[in-house]
Amino acid sequence: MSYLVPKFRHPELPVNDLGYTKADYEGSISTLCAGCGHDSISGAIVTACHELSIPPHKIAKLSGIGCSSKAPTYFLGNSHGFNSVHGRMPSVVTGAALANKDLLYLGVSGDGDTASIGMGQFAHVARRNVNMVYIIMNNGCYGLTKGQDSATADRGSASKKGDPNIYSAIDLCGTALQMGATFVARGFSGDKEQLVPLIKAAISHRGFALIDVISPCVTFNNNAASTKSYEFVRDHSEATGTIDFVPMHDEITTEYDPGSHHEVTMHDGSTIHLYKVEDSFDPFNRSSAISALEAHRTEGNILTGLIYLNKDSRDLHEVMETSQRPLNELDETDLCPGNRMLDNINASLR
Amino acid sequence: MKRIESVNDFVIKFANVNGTGSASANSLFAKAVFRMGVPVSPKNIFPSNIQGLPTWYEVRVNDQGYLGRRGGVDIALSVNPQSMAEDILDVEPGGYFIYDDTKPLDLRLYRNDIAIIGLPLTRICNEQYDDPRQQQLFKNVIYVGALAALIDMDFKVLTGLVEDQFKDKKKLVLPNIHALELGYQHAKMNLDCPIGIRLEASDRVGDKILLDGNTALGLGALYGGATVAAWYPITPSTSVVDAFEKYAKRVRIDPGTGSRNYAIVQGEDELAAIGMAIGASWNGARAFTATSGPGVSLMSEFLGLAYFAEIPTVLFNVQRAGPSTGMPTRTQQSDILSCAYASHGDTKQVLLFPSTPKECFDFGALSFDLAERLQTPVILMSDLDLGMNDNMSEPLYWDDERMFDRGKIMTAEELEGGAEFGRYRDVDGDAICYRTYPGTHPTRGSFFTRGTSRNEYAVYTEKGEEYEANMLRLLRKWDTINEHVPVPIVTDCGRDTDSAVLFFGTSEESSKEALDYLSQEGIHMNAMRIRAFPFSSDVQRFIERHERVFVIEQNRDAQLRTLLMAEFEFGPDILKSVLCFDGTPISARNIRKQIKKYLDGDNILPLHRKTAVVAAGEPL
Repeated sequence: MSYLVPKFRHPELPVNDLGYTKADYEGSISTLCAGCGHDSISGAIVTACHELSIPPHKIAKLSGIGCSSKAPTYFLGNSHGFNSVHGRMPSVVTGAALANKDLLYLGVSGDGDTASIGMGQFAHVARRNVNMVYIIMNNGCYGLTKGQDSATADRGSASKKGDPNIYSAIDLCGTALQMGATFVARGFSGDKEQLVPLIKAAISHRGFALIDVISPCVTFNNNAASTKSYEFVRDHSEATGTIDFVPMHDEITTEYDPGSHHEVTMHDGSTIHLYKVEDSFDPFNRSSAISALEAHRTEGNILTGLIYLNKDSRDLHEVMETSQRPLNELDETDLCPGNRMLDNINASLR
Repeated sequence: MKRIESVNDFVIKFANVNGTGSASANSLFAKAVFRMGVPVSPKNIFPSNIQGLPTWYEVRVNDQGYLGRRGGVDIALSVNPQSMAEDILDVEPGGYFIYDDTKPLDLRLYRNDIAIIGLPLTRICNEQYDDPRQQQLFKNVIYVGALAALIDMDFKVLTGLVEDQFKDKKKLVLPNIHALELGYQHAKMNLDCPIGIRLEASDRVGDKILLDGNTALGLGALYGGATVAAWYPITPSTSVVDAFEKYAKRVRIDPGTGSRNYAIVQGEDELAAIGMAIGASWNGARAFTATSGPGVSLMSEFLGLAYFAEIPTVLFNVQRAGPSTGMPTRTQQSDILSCAYASHGDTKQVLLFPSTPKECFDFGALSFDLAERLQTPVILMSDLDLGMNDNMSEPLYWDDERMFDRGKIMTAEELEGGAEFGRYRDVDGDAICYRTYPGTHPTRGSFFTRGTSRNEYAVYTEKGEEYEANMLRLLRKWDTINEHVPVPIVTDCGRDTDSAVLFFGTSEESSKEALDYLSQEGIHMNAMRIRAFPFSSDVQRFIERHERVFVIEQNRDAQLRTLLMAEFEFGPDILKSVLCFDGTPISARNIRKQIKKYLDGDNILPLHRKTAVVAAGEPL
């Protein structure tokens, strides 16, 4: 099948390799609160997809319920979207991904949608290594129902409502690591320089790629006593390092100091260059990643950047040995064994 | 004492201990009867347990072809001391009780109105086999051999079956035949053979097959083109996906690459299972899930989404006795209401009611066409009795010319050609709208699927009139659906009558038999078997032309009757309930008895006055 790719060139907007401007990756006007971190993440997704020249219609964006899950309406307007059931986006993505292995699946969820009602599905989509990008817009509260604490709220952190949270927080990066996720990263909605390459790397990863993005809720959880406020996150985040993403077809022009960085070839042929802050940290080793998360948490800091990458990841389709042709393209000839086989079955049942 | 004497017409009940390998020996017996050309209907009555609790296997043998449960037991074959006291009481007067007399019968259990036949199974086994496992396994085969002598079965049919069964494990053939012979010879030499009940070769089976409904459903999904199966283990539906997988492994492996043209995922729960099925269907693959009542409860939220967002969804519900965990290994038809109106808000779900394995296969494959044509969930309502028992059935057939009906899909070419796309716009009046698969066209035809209210172009809206227009369209779609689902089947009794029966699914065989009994007593009634919800207008007309209609169903609350009253506004004066909900399949005798409670005598006489008396004076 071939499509007419629009040749429209806006005089000011740069176009990507497919001839699309960034505007072709945008969605409708956001109805989230002014200053919401989620809108910045939407912007980062638009930038990443545009710069990677992904055909917009070859992306499917799926979400659960909540402020975060409304966000997919506000980016990638030419992609099919699916705002499903609270906490159940992972299963819908799993089914969709089984049906057609050739699309890019972008799951968008929140901390309520993932860490509470959807914890079970989150754990299982990670362990099945479904080929998807799972972005959590994590603000530590339930915005759409007016600011109740979520399960990622830190103990002692208080939202605008005032009472400090009495329960321990779930670290979704740590959980994902335990569950067998093959790509784990954390970003901050206020740091696009870091977030855009993380999204690009997650897209080029084959398997389950989690990005937990701290995304302050300006209305209910951006106060002084909150550990998910813009100010607190800026003051307390420590990156594992920086990351450069080089798509497969781009020439590598930067000179890299061989001692300070890792070069990783991703499944689709792109390369990521990772500059580590600490020598002891090894993002290709799960226990090192878990220790790093734990060490930073103990100090009251938030570890951001690429936390873990399994370079040998085999996604659900690979382990299940499904057909190279997407299952949704198979027809009667491929699927229906015909009456002769039924005759044999009938004969064996007499 | 008058002993029961019959040829090719009896009920035998095997009483065993779960987990001792009795099931395969018992089904060997049933299949041998079938191979002798005699209609047979075996029912496995088993506990929710892997090993140790009592289990029964009841076989109805009937040359006239009555396949439902008759009620009563003519021969009890007792191999389980735990349940012996109740098993001996089950035997009809004049019947036969065969038991392991290695240990003598407790005299308190003795009945002098039945024949008591001792068969020293444990002693024979202990003499023959040293290995305790063999002693246990071959005990089952030995009693089948003894039974063959007692009821004069064709021994060669049994040995032939053993050879077929173990054709890939040849070294098991001789030991099994040896065990059959041990039992056969012992009975011949020590017992009066045959007893009053006998088997004779017959020709009443024709080209029929003996198959369980779940295997037929798995095959239906295979032929219906399912590529994604997502499920969570639950009795009695588990073997649906097992069967799908078994046959998919044979025929869905690409010969060139060895890769699979199917994907099966065991979900973390039923919510995930239906979520995956919905996600795959949304993305253009044919997908299904199989579950039972507790799973349906969990899936209800998703069923509302699929109804409202109009996503094809195929769900096979193999019903069991509820509520809650209920009796998980016993049968019922008790999810009618929870499925018909599954999910919160105003919903109506399409239900299909198969009554034979052939219909499980046909409706199973049809479910996918219906779900995609009608863009809505289709719930196939089987039950444990149909799903897990071998049922005699018409053979399966597939028309090789048949194409899948993928429903209204707008293609890239149509979009490119300028076709206007609105996901929830009814362009041709049948209230079903075009959909697009994700990835169809770079700039046209994308939309946002959501469970929230939206306008015709799938854009979020909270305008009351737009919401209402969409809900009314869904109601008009219900009328379109009615034109597509299987129609009810009417059996006219050929007489003037003002009474009728209405039934569905596994009540069919017993209902038909009960009608024969009643007609022999001068009570003639028309019959209708409902095969789908929405109910066709034929159902309404059928009810209207009778003074009273007995609705036969296997649940406590008369759920189908409630549904009929809700959809058609019939009153309790017309619809009378005939119910069975003890977890065993409804029997013909039970149906006859309940109907007789309402009617005594010949109903060709006018019954208006009697109806009034029943309605006014007697509890329902």
